[in-house]
Amino acid sequence: MSDAKAATNARPAKRPSLLPLARVLWRPRVLPGLLPTLGFTWLYLGVVVLIPIGALIFKASTLSFTEIVSVIMERRTFAALSLSFGASLVAAVVNTFAGTLVAWVLARYRFYGRSLLDAVVDLPFALPTSVAGIALTFVYGPHGWIGESFAEAGMPVAFTRLGIVVALSFVGMPFVVRTVQPVIQELDAGLEEAASSLGATRFQSFQRVILPTIIPAIATGFALSFARSVGEYGSVLFIAGNMPLRTEIAPLLIVTKLEQFDYAGAAVIGATMLFASLIILMSVQLFERAVYRKLGGGQS
Amino acid sequence: MSAGPNVLPGKKPQGVAWLLLGLAVLVLLVLVLVPLIAVFSMAFAKGIDPFLAAISHPDAITAAKLSLITTAIAVPINTVFGVTAAWAITKFEFRGKSLLISLIDVPFSVSPVIAGLLFVLLFGSRGVVGPFLMEHDLQVIYATPGIVLATIFITFPFVARELIPLMQAQGSEEELAAVTLGADGLQTFWRITLPNIKWGIVYGVVVCTARAMGEFGAVSVVSGHIRGLTNTLPLHVEILYNEYDQVGAFSVATLLTLVSLIALIVKKIIERRDLAQSP
Repeated sequence: MSDAKAATNARPAKRPSLLPLARVLWRPRVLPGLLPTLGFTWLYLGVVVLIPIGALIFKASTLSFTEIVSVIMERRTFAALSLSFGASLVAAVVNTFAGTLVAWVLARYRFYGRSLLDAVVDLPFALPTSVAGIALTFVYGPHGWIGESFAEAGMPVAFTRLGIVVALSFVGMPFVVRTVQPVIQELDAGLEEAASSLGATRFQSFQRVILPTIIPAIATGFALSFARSVGEYGSVLFIAGNMPLRTEIAPLLIVTKLEQFDYAGAAVIGATMLFASLIILMSVQLFERAVYRKLGGGQS
Repeated sequence: MSAGPNVLPGKKPQGVAWLLLGLAVLVLLVLVLVPLIAVFSMAFAKGIDPFLAAISHPDAITAAKLSLITTAIAVPINTVFGVTAAWAITKFEFRGKSLLISLIDVPFSVSPVIAGLLFVLLFGSRGVVGPFLMEHDLQVIYATPGIVLATIFITFPFVARELIPLMQAQGSEEELAAVTLGADGLQTFWRITLPNIKWGIVYGVVVCTARAMGEFGAVSVVSGHIRGLTNTLPLHVEILYNEYDQVGAFSVATLLTLVSLIALIVKKIIERRDLAQSP
């Protein structure tokens, strides 16, 4: 269609191959600054992000496929990767329930201290992970304020896998709360009133009216919390105990491999994790799109 | 309506609401608030003198200096990038825009350890350009440039992510009017755009600064842990803790905790301001 337009409006061009490019570059625009700002954006992105990631992929690709598989399947690496993904999954499930609860309470109820509680949710975002790590290790340690009773009950938290889950729940919690809270806030109170006036119990109205609307946000929060937890290092480092095969997470193994100058091994584990987290985030985007399309189509 | 939990405006507080509220408070208490209190309580466990000694120790001061230098480089450069990227993305249509937006988000989804690993693989002794750097006696990894680079990578998206939705919501009508009336690009930016987005920039800068001061994983990988040379405050906390100097570690940790608390307060103030302004 644009070709037909061009044929009627423009004189036949002598060098048609350059014309599209010329049109992009010299198309009159009202606002100035596209080329310098876009150029700088791509350049800076390339130098700071793309070239370093390229180096990782380049380094990992110096190994053959069988070598890559043997690095991942090596007993210690496999244990660390399973632990990182497994503990993150458990923490993300915990956060899905606890985070949705906190989001619900913050969005729905008015009570003294609400804005303090609301601010506290962001603390894991803001607190340096090494500070979070030593604080959690102290609190949940065998002689800590909370950890002591757990240890006496025969279920020590610090230096076990449970401790790793606690630290990952700490870092992942804000992702669920901050994703779900705005959606609950924007829920139409009229729908619930309609449900209750039609005879629905409070639980029924939650299950049939509210839950379907906030499920996509909960799923997104779950995935964001999971993705963040898989790569977490600082807050886990102190509380984990770091025993190979038992409480050694994958990011720590990368550090260990670097200290032994095993760059290729570190690159393979790093590329595996990077690949996994990109897949998680892409599937979140696809899922969100699918859900909104379905909701939009179904409700209108 | 004021004190009790209230499900819908005008409805009486219900028993189950109190239960949910109690559970939510418990979750935040054991997971976030108690560890926060523990930091301050441990720092002053033996009185004020050990605390003062720990934060005025020469190693702590060197670490604080390096943290401040790193932040002073990373935050301005990422702020300039954030404003530039937001201008290009929100004021123009071009090919590859959604790809560009996705790529800007990548550092968010990269593990801090992997961020550090990227720069070791590039500049380390066995890295891609490592041999070249060695020949010319340039030190990037295990030195300040590596720490700065890793911090820039980690804090890369913060300002851009804050400004893109803000400038998209504001549209370009005011800028178009200014240009039509004869203003040039820079005049339009300084007089029209900047006043509109200044609180968004402040917000982005605050989050960026808190993260730059507190980054641990990425900096830990590229630092080489040379005490008094390539030590930032979060790394200093780790070193003191591993030397069983709990009071020292928690004392330095209070400084970092204060930075993040100030960031949270500024963030709250800006959010309140936005709420008050929107009709």
